[in-house]
Amino acid sequence: MARRTGAVTGPVAAGGVVVLILAALLAVMSRADWPVTLGTADWAVLRFTVWQAFLSAFFSVLFAIPVARALARRRFPGRGALVTLLGAPFILPVIVAVLGILAVFGRAGWVSEVLGMFGVAPLSIYGVQGVVLAHVFFNMPLATRLILQGWQAVPAEQFRLVGQLGLPPPMVFRIVEWPILRQVAPGAFALVFVICLTSFAVALTLGGGPRATTIELAIYQAFRFDFDLGRAAVLSLLQLVVAGGAAVIALWVLPPLALQAGRDRVRRRWDAPAPWVDAAWIGVAAAFLLLPLLAVTISGAIGLWQMPLSVLTAAWTSAWVAAVSTFVLLIMALPISAWLAQARWGGGETLTLLGLAASPLMIGTGWFILIYPFAAPVRFALPVTALVNAMMALPFAVRILLPPMRQVFNNYGRLSAGLGLRGISLWRVVLMPRLRPQIGFAAGLGAAMSVGDLGVVALFADPEVATLPLQMYRLMGSYRTEAASGAALVLVALAFGMFWICDAWGRRHVAG
Amino acid sequence: MRGDADMLRVEQLRIVQGDFALSADFELPRGRRVAVIGPSGAGKSTLLNALGGYIDIASGRIDVDGEDVTAAPPDQRGIAMLFQDGNLFPHMTLAQNVGLGIRPTLKMTEAETAQIRDALHQVGLEDFADRKPGDVSGGQQSRAALARVLVQAKPLLLLDEPFAALGPALRTEMLDLNSQVACDAGATVMVITHTPEDAVRAADDLIFVEAGHVHPPRPVSEMLAHPPEALRAYLGR
Repeated sequence: MARRTGAVTGPVAAGGVVVLILAALLAVMSRADWPVTLGTADWAVLRFTVWQAFLSAFFSVLFAIPVARALARRRFPGRGALVTLLGAPFILPVIVAVLGILAVFGRAGWVSEVLGMFGVAPLSIYGVQGVVLAHVFFNMPLATRLILQGWQAVPAEQFRLVGQLGLPPPMVFRIVEWPILRQVAPGAFALVFVICLTSFAVALTLGGGPRATTIELAIYQAFRFDFDLGRAAVLSLLQLVVAGGAAVIALWVLPPLALQAGRDRVRRRWDAPAPWVDAAWIGVAAAFLLLPLLAVTISGAIGLWQMPLSVLTAAWTSAWVAAVSTFVLLIMALPISAWLAQARWGGGETLTLLGLAASPLMIGTGWFILIYPFAAPVRFALPVTALVNAMMALPFAVRILLPPMRQVFNNYGRLSAGLGLRGISLWRVVLMPRLRPQIGFAAGLGAAMSVGDLGVVALFADPEVATLPLQMYRLMGSYRTEAASGAALVLVALAFGMFWICDAWGRRHVAG
Repeated sequence: MRGDADMLRVEQLRIVQGDFALSADFELPRGRRVAVIGPSGAGKSTLLNALGGYIDIASGRIDVDGEDVTAAPPDQRGIAMLFQDGNLFPHMTLAQNVGLGIRPTLKMTEAETAQIRDALHQVGLEDFADRKPGDVSGGQQSRAALARVLVQAKPLLLLDEPFAALGPALRTEMLDLNSQVACDAGATVMVITHTPEDAVRAADDLIFVEAGHVHPPRPVSEMLAHPPEALRAYLGR
């Protein structure tokens, strides 16, 4: 039989990713003192990392259950918009959300002000509570979508039967909802847990100090403040073991991850009780997600006029870093997906989840060590950022592309082979046109994630070079909150704008 | 073309798929139209897919037009095949779909564009060149697929029930059109069918496939007049 399309380029792209990570790992290992020992501070960092990830996953899932239940059994105006909003944290830059959370829950935030009217002391957000709060902001929507997706997969017949028998809500929960929840919730918990293990930007802005430092943040501090490459190396290895180990364990319980789930039909339900409980949950969730965004928008509109010119320079830098990153992402994701889609072994999606556990700062540290002897790493800050961002988005992109790719090969594989379509022709004539919506969506997601990323760039950059999130962080650090809010508004516009351009490109001329 | 050789020669062919095994050994003279008939699950589609190069074979040899194509990729076996569905790309116009049969890059010379037009004309679709498959009827989709087979100009044509979803009248019409197209092109045809009437109408010979065994072709009239035991059971006589 003929060689399959992507049979060479797929493994080459995947191998490239592995080589980039392995090179970083080897560089890191060469700098660590053997045998590796962990000091008291390292143990504290490890404990905090696992503890905050546990709390974040726990509260995200706990909050998600009633919200998903309400969304699953209610039809109301604005439901579609709310479900779409649940997808927004995927492309919302972390630093922007942090700014919004500070404006609502911070010491001088809205909630503290209201509490002050009743003589209650203002909230203290820095520390574990702030880190967990921000993680719940980002991951509760994800958990909600996963659980909602599970409940929406229940056949309509079951609910008709429930209605016919007149079962009360507790019974419905026991015989219909609980069995699904038991399958989905552990997976959602595991996914959030793994994501939070490698949290950096949230810990950088809301954590810090000896009692609220994640491993990822500790790598950054060892690197930036002490330039202690040995300690950064040890911490990187620790990160690899912890996040990698957790991801491997999580693979067993993870539900399939559909990014656009929950938007379609709502089942007619006969078992829903009086609506006020559901309405309350939906109201709380909407407020929790919308108020921080609203706060950023209001102060950003004022701050737009106080932005230094450096914000616009940084915005331009971010835009092209994201563009390069998206290009690299597609170069890797398309052949890898084509290769996996034709493989007899169907575990490709699962494997990509290992990528979620990859630590950008570990990879960044490794590449800094590799570049350092030969050139000033600062000069490579932006290329390395673009590359690492692409690798971070790769698991999502492959996850988006793989199922439809598999379907195209199923439906049109023989026809294409019979016509001699292979290689470039196959991409041009069949795969690109058929997968255009998914390619656009994946590219948009990659662009938005890259443009909003505050990670490796913080490690490498000097005062001359900055992406917009880094510039925003610097403004926040010098207490220029309004200018930072203005920058946040620009950043949000950039992230959603780039997402929208890619996604709209994908959806235009959708194939018949 | 190589003179008097058989168009298709299948020697000691064996296909194994899990518990299922299929064996075949037969020849097909040039220019014959052969109906392949047999119960579902007997291996009709498997046989055609193996000949087309779409599934791996365990052992044996396949010659098309005197050339050993056992290991050749699907587009280099001298075979054009129509499947039960998915014969056209939905995102391309009918003209583009036909054009793919000439060259996969779709960069056509003027002569080739004319060739596409002729092929569409021959199947009665000259006015539908710029439509996409989703905008035309099932019968018209089948015609477009036949137009592509026409420009592919392969000496052997395999049909895996491409007209099964059409109504009886339309199916008959398409079988006739197919016979005519094949006759014009001088192609040899193997067509899977379920009804003896279709076989009588569209074929000279009959291959009966039963439980993984492929009976060599014999003239349709002879087979239907004196059916072997298993075929009699299948036909319900």
